[in-house]
Amino acid sequence: MTSSFFLDGKEIPFKEGQTVLQAAMGAGQYIPHLCWRPELEPHSSCRLCIVIISGKPFSSCTQPAMEGQKVECNTPKLNAMRRAVTQLLFVEGNHYCPSCEESGNCKLQATAYHVGMQDSHFPHQFPIRERDSSHPRVNLDRDRCIRCETCVRASRELDGKNVFAIHGRGIKSRLAVNSPTSLLKDSGISPDDMAVKLCPTGALTVKRVGFEWPIGQRIYDKESLATIELREYANQEAVHG
Amino acid sequence: MTPIANMQLETAIHPEGLKRVVIEPITRVEGHGKITLLMDEQNQVKQARLHIVEFRGFEKFIQGRPYWEIPVLVQRLCGICPVSHHLAAAKAMDMLVGARKLTPTAEKLRRLLHYGQTLQSHALHFFHLASPDLLFGFDAEVAKRNIIGVIQAHPAIAVQGVMLRKYGQEVIRVLSGKRVHGNFAIPGGVNKKLTKEDRDYLMKDLDQVLEWSKGAVDIARGIYTGNLAENASFGAFRSNYLSLTAPDGSFELYDGGLRATDANGQRIFDQVNNDHYLRHIHEEVKSWSYMKFPFIVALGNDDGWYRVGPLARINNADRMPTPLAEEERRRFAAMGEGGPVHATLAYHWARMIEMLYAAEAIRDLLDDPDIYGDDLLTQGERALEGVGVIEAPRGTLFHHYVVDETDSVVKANLIVATTNNNTAMNVAVREVAAHYLDGQELTEGLLNHLEVAIRAYDPCLSCATHALGKMPLEVELLAANGNLVDRLVRNADGHCEEK
Ligand code: SF4
Ligand code: FES
Repeated sequence: MTSSFFLDGKEIPFKEGQTVLQAAMGAGQYIPHLCWRPELEPHSSCRLCIVIISGKPFSSCTQPAMEGQKVECNTPKLNAMRRAVTQLLFVEGNHYCPSCEESGNCKLQATAYHVGMQDSHFPHQFPIRERDSSHPRVNLDRDRCIRCETCVRASRELDGKNVFAIHGRGIKSRLAVNSPTSLLKDSGISPDDMAVKLCPTGALTVKRVGFEWPIGQRIYDKESLATIELREYANQEAVHG
Repeated sequence: MTPIANMQLETAIHPEGLKRVVIEPITRVEGHGKITLLMDEQNQVKQARLHIVEFRGFEKFIQGRPYWEIPVLVQRLCGICPVSHHLAAAKAMDMLVGARKLTPTAEKLRRLLHYGQTLQSHALHFFHLASPDLLFGFDAEVAKRNIIGVIQAHPAIAVQGVMLRKYGQEVIRVLSGKRVHGNFAIPGGVNKKLTKEDRDYLMKDLDQVLEWSKGAVDIARGIYTGNLAENASFGAFRSNYLSLTAPDGSFELYDGGLRATDANGQRIFDQVNNDHYLRHIHEEVKSWSYMKFPFIVALGNDDGWYRVGPLARINNADRMPTPLAEEERRRFAAMGEGGPVHATLAYHWARMIEMLYAAEAIRDLLDDPDIYGDDLLTQGERALEGVGVIEAPRGTLFHHYVVDETDSVVKANLIVATTNNNTAMNVAVREVAAHYLDGQELTEGLLNHLEVAIRAYDPCLSCATHALGKMPLEVELLAANGNLVDRLVRNADGHCEEK
């Protein structure tokens, strides 16, 4: 017997063990998210996937789906919160979209469009962060890192390596590289690693190929973030169930 | 005309006791220009200087950035000719990836982009910025002397200006994805193939564009020769000229070697490899301006300054590669009676010949099957240093980068067209100040004479500050003790008031 819950009044079926986010995505209902990836353990740090259940906020990427529960998701209040959260991600780093090679392929940028972000709203923090260009093939630009730990998890869970970790706390936290010199060149990273591929921003990129995608042919030029994410999730489900 | 332009008014011998007049446009981001005059009790001009705050700090800003980002990043230097910076930087990056020769498709598509940029920039300048002065007179009523006045009095001309610019912008959009700040050139080539539909779309309006461009040369020539005596002498001076030319000496905007000629048209150097520009061009720093003063090394810093841009390019070229532009170049060259044409106002005429060339060159490229090729990228032996030189609409543009083993930029040197023309614009200001303002009570019309001279060079600050042909100006006349004697303000609506 399949169970179901209600997302903004719409009945969503779910399987035992699924989270609200997984069930919603499986039912073709996009919930904004940045730190969640279908192939990785959830991390619950970006808070974009926030929903309200029984009057309380939850991260839908970690919240188990439960029979008959009523979930608020696409409401003006929650959308305003998502917008503010996204704005904070922008001002906490140094994101210069106009000259960033990831522009048009960047999930953070696409999310900003999705949540209707028009400006940064909050004062920019202009943190000083170090770029690590030591590796011949992989570039780490910490200015663009949102500390979602996708790379940390992907390196461990999918690449079978352990290249990244987050050091420090709060606004001072930064992505660290597990290598004797703390530099990427002395780590086990490779440009084919899922850690590099799954980074949602331009923080981890393959070197020397930037701007090879013309405007109009980049990932988010033709299709919306929601369409792409829902399709990817469906494909993932079809393969892994 | 003075034998070689006078440097007399650059620095007053006894600045003490002179009145100081500051003409300061209110600017946006691209640049900030200011003219200062020192005048004695009889309003005799003793010193005239143009100060421009240029892109300071940019060279520092790009340090540490990866090289492939630079062609996109540098476009933000300028909202007016971003394509020129994009291409100059990309040419430098070609050197870094060892792409000394691009594939024919990549080179031709980059040229197409560049000619589109030249066309739109020249159309903007001539029709929107310069035509009000040229059609109505330098001291015509301010209310009329602007693009709105042109639209009212000469609607057909105004419309052509808009359409020509739009066409150039469409070329840019089709290739780079956006009218402003797109991306197309990447190290070693370009990132997009041109489709047959794109080509047909651009071909559609080309006959009209060619027709209008021919008409624009007629207008520019007619204005210049219509009042030859005055136009040939207004802010005119002898100078050296620098530009790129093709190996056979013909006109070139995208590539080629550096050619410098002296005021008599004699070669100073020719076909200098772009990589070697520093052997021939140095920059002098003067205490009173943020902008450097480049000069030709062989002639020294006093005599080695030169002019760049349309006048320099047309003077320097042995021929134009396209027939209509070549016909016009010959007419133009005849004015020089065997030597270069030195008139500041001849810039407008030369600029329109170039616009005609750009239209013809676009047509030739759209007819060339190479532009549909799939072979867009090339590379070879890597290098740590790259120089890219291009003829931007305003003149020769140098981009020079050094990267380290991690692909990060460690050093950058940019010489932009407006900097190359720095001394020349100062000389033009001095010429006009000496001939028109000396001994006069300052009026808006007289001030505009200074602007007309500067505007002929189409410096970046010109576009930045008076996109509608009304540069807001504030002129202060200070007594030697610093007291304000007189203040004249011209508002953005073009009206003058004493305050
Ligand atoms: S490098 Fe990318 S994937 Fe890793 S924490 Fe930063 S933004 Fe997330
Ligand atoms: S996707 Fe749930 S907290 Fe980031």
